[in-house]
Amino acid sequence: MTSARRISGQGADETVDSDAAFEKFRQCAVEVLQVPEEKVTKEARFADDLDADSLDLVELVMALEESFDITVEETELENIETVGQAFDLIASKL
Amino acid sequence: MLLGRTPEGPIAGRPVVITGLGAVTCCGVGVEALWEQLLHPTLTGERRVPDFDPSVWFGPKEVRRLDRFAQMSVAAAELARADAGPLGEDPARSGVIFATGVGGFETLAEQVLVCDRKGPGRVSPFLVPMMMANAGAANISMRFGWHGPSEAVCTACAAGTHAVAAAARLVASGRCDVAIGGGSEAAIQEVAIGAFTNMTALSSSGESRPFDVRRDGFVMAEGAAALVLEAKDRALARGARIYAELAGAASTADAHHITAPEPEGAGAVACMELALEDAGISADQVGHINAHGTSTPLNDLAEARAIQKVFGAPGPPVTSTKGLTGHALGAAGAIEAVASALTIFHGIIPPTAGLEQLDPEIGLDVVFGEPRPFPPAPVISNSFGFGGHNGCLVLVPAG
Repeated sequence: MTSARRISGQGADETVDSDAAFEKFRQCAVEVLQVPEEKVTKEARFADDLDADSLDLVELVMALEESFDITVEETELENIETVGQAFDLIASKL
Repeated sequence: MLLGRTPEGPIAGRPVVITGLGAVTCCGVGVEALWEQLLHPTLTGERRVPDFDPSVWFGPKEVRRLDRFAQMSVAAAELARADAGPLGEDPARSGVIFATGVGGFETLAEQVLVCDRKGPGRVSPFLVPMMMANAGAANISMRFGWHGPSEAVCTACAAGTHAVAAAARLVASGRCDVAIGGGSEAAIQEVAIGAFTNMTALSSSGESRPFDVRRDGFVMAEGAAALVLEAKDRALARGARIYAELAGAASTADAHHITAPEPEGAGAVACMELALEDAGISADQVGHINAHGTSTPLNDLAEARAIQKVFGAPGPPVTSTKGLTGHALGAAGAIEAVASALTIFHGIIPPTAGLEQLDPEIGLDVVFGEPRPFPPAPVISNSFGFGGHNGCLVLVPAG
């Protein structure tokens, strides 16, 4: 997909960046949550699909902060339930 | 095992028997590996558990979330439970008392470095549940779904013995039908080794030689052991294999010095005497002593004096498990309770590994060289911890 998008013209750079960022996000989740890579989809729910409790999310956010060199406030994590929501939060800071 | 005293006399608890044993020691995973090495010791050097693979017991996420000491706690408990056969236990009447000396020390040390390098904002949210001394007990009760008491004992090198005693008393009192008592330690780590070395407790030769004239300190070990303690009537009813009866226990304090034993062994003497009283037997009935026997000059001499005061000289045959296993601190008493149960069950006293030249000042009948046949008789197992904590267990052949 990534290579196809690379030659698709307008907005390609942004898409590529986003794909790369998600890949980095996914690796953090795989490492911290010890789940198979294919389970880390944007639709996946942390609690139900990835067996992640609140402490797991704290550790994941720490890993993401480090990996992306960003800061996430605790209050920003309220209401985040899916991988996609968490990724959008991270992406908004890049 | 007594539950209390009234003006009319002592109140006896329900008889408690040992029906399951589990061990994860420097001899390997399993009680068989421990017993084999106890009879024919070949181990020397560092006393790490050579073949402990946490992925046998835990999923990948749990492996990351449990310190090694808690992993080994659960493994020992699982082994003991499997060894006991189908317990058919009521979860509300099943409990765990598990010991450790220092808990998740390695995790703490790692996270101190993280904090130093990256700041407190990067300290793992799992540090507390990984390092806390009760992580062993907590993870065992969660694993088994047991809702009875789940508590930790933290009395340094006496902790394993105190935990087994407390678990047995849960059964004796009728609070539980089944309880797991044990201990775990995993602190072979640079900071801990530095600390023990600098307090001159560790052997500079690296040899564990309890009661030997050349003994020069203990050898750090890691490991865990667990015992399934069960009301005797229900164990008999379900046809369980009974290793021994846990007939008595006691706990005293030296109130003398934070690390040195009281030289005349008064606290140890009182502890042994109270344990015998708890078991309702006299000193001359005891057939064997599993000594604390750390291989430090001070402990072994003070313990020998204490044993002579209670049992006379030379007294019943003595062995130190630590010649083989080294000193697994908060796990030691539990490992030695397992060794004592196996000694009764097999009718053999294992030799004190590492001992070649008995210190003439010891004045005890210390078993070394070859194992010695052991006609069924009560056994007392001693543990003494930094802080002046003393603990004794009395195991008797199940009759």
